[in-house]
Amino acid sequence: MKISKAAAAAAVAVALSLTATACGGSKKDAASDGGASGGAKDKIVVGIKFDQPGLGLKTPDGKFTGFDVDVATYVAKELGYQPDQIEFKQAVSAERENLISNGDVKFIVATYSINDKRKERVDFAGPYFLAHQDLLVRADDTSITKVEDLNKKKLCSVTGSTSAQNVKKNLAPEADLLEQGGYSECLTGLENKAVDALTTDNSILAGYAAQEKNKGKFKLVGLSMSNENYGIGLKKGDKELQTKINAALKKMVEDGSWQKAVDKNLGPANYKNEPAPQITEGS
Amino acid sequence: MFDFLDSGQYDVLGAFWVTVQLTLYSAVGSLIWGTVLAGMRVSPVPLLRGFGTAYVNLVRNTPLTLLIIGCSLGLSQTLGINLGGETFKETGFRLAVLGLVAYTGTFVCEALRSGINTVPVGQAEAARALGLSFFQVLTLIVLPQAFRAVVAPLANVLIALTKNTTVAATIGVAEAALLMKEMLENEAQAVFAVFAVFALGFVLLTLPTGLLLGWVAKRVAVKR
Repeated sequence: MKISKAAAAAAVAVALSLTATACGGSKKDAASDGGASGGAKDKIVVGIKFDQPGLGLKTPDGKFTGFDVDVATYVAKELGYQPDQIEFKQAVSAERENLISNGDVKFIVATYSINDKRKERVDFAGPYFLAHQDLLVRADDTSITKVEDLNKKKLCSVTGSTSAQNVKKNLAPEADLLEQGGYSECLTGLENKAVDALTTDNSILAGYAAQEKNKGKFKLVGLSMSNENYGIGLKKGDKELQTKINAALKKMVEDGSWQKAVDKNLGPANYKNEPAPQITEGS
Repeated sequence: MFDFLDSGQYDVLGAFWVTVQLTLYSAVGSLIWGTVLAGMRVSPVPLLRGFGTAYVNLVRNTPLTLLIIGCSLGLSQTLGINLGGETFKETGFRLAVLGLVAYTGTFVCEALRSGINTVPVGQAEAARALGLSFFQVLTLIVLPQAFRAVVAPLANVLIALTKNTTVAATIGVAEAALLMKEMLENEAQAVFAVFAVFALGFVLLTLPTGLLLGWVAKRVAVKR
């Protein structure tokens, strides 16, 4: 008798815990839906970079700053979400397509260049920004004025990035290229004169040069070595959202918030931005 | 699905060749350094024993990524020690080998020390009684038997080393993991296919190593 009682109690306990976890599970699913249902009380999940000053940066106190963050906030507002309803999620470059197609995020604003390969898996809205591959050098360095100068220089970029590949294959195959895990590591080398220049999109470089601790140490050379049209990535085939985001971007440029966001986040580096690009996607 | 391999844009074999080179150089280096460390840890000199213990415990418990980035940022870029490398390509490779040897040597040392413990104390005592010095006892009597006992553990260390070479990508050594990063950046529509190619590559490198050294371990083991 005793045994069967214990067994019954155990069975009840197991059943209870199962239902409890089932409840928790389904609740969690609803919350991580990426705000697909779009109701006023729901949250919207937006993918940004967490490690790019000036564009998308998570500060030590848990806040988010940068141009991409401002764009994301503006677009979300136009879609009917207040700033406190936005949940930012880190979108590492290699994971962006998966985050979108799995529905983990509603859209991604993360220095996401529009190209045909990416369009096979996701759709874009925008572009909302035109950047060029450029060089960051020490403020007193005047030895680099054109792309050919790079063949005799030591360059630094991030492992596997489009900019690094562009240097290796097209721009300056003879340049001594160091590939590091992140741009901060490159800055260490640049400051210690182990490398002569750091290369990637000028918007990202401007973000680093504009950081408080780097002010006055570095400058942009101003070479336009490529065109990078940043778009907002979203689920393939979601025409409705694409149209809405395009409208929001247009409005952001027209009412001046776009220029204000650029000046605030990238301005201190003495960076001359391109005017807001024409929207080309999904028209 | 695997059409990105035919584009001629990626040198997958070349990247894996760099991985193999990194593994071989680091394996030889860490075998030597690990043996020296094991010798220190069993030596009669307290200072050497202390150094060996401190080094092994410190380095073994430091993440490899930290050691390798430390080599690159600290040694090369801040102090300007480039180990004779002219370009970043050469310097990066040498620094990566240095980091891998420093790290893997500790595991070789500990494996070897367990092998030394399988040699009966009586053998060392007998050798001492014959008038051999500590160095002679170690190199002529103890180590040859110890190595034969730890072929299988050393094979594990070698397999771990093969996979650990991927960390060298963080300082820009153009081995398999770096090419994988490039391919993931460009071929985002085929993430799983890219991943499968590199997973298969590492299986092809490590599986034969394990089988071969497993067979060797059985052949050379000292039956007691």
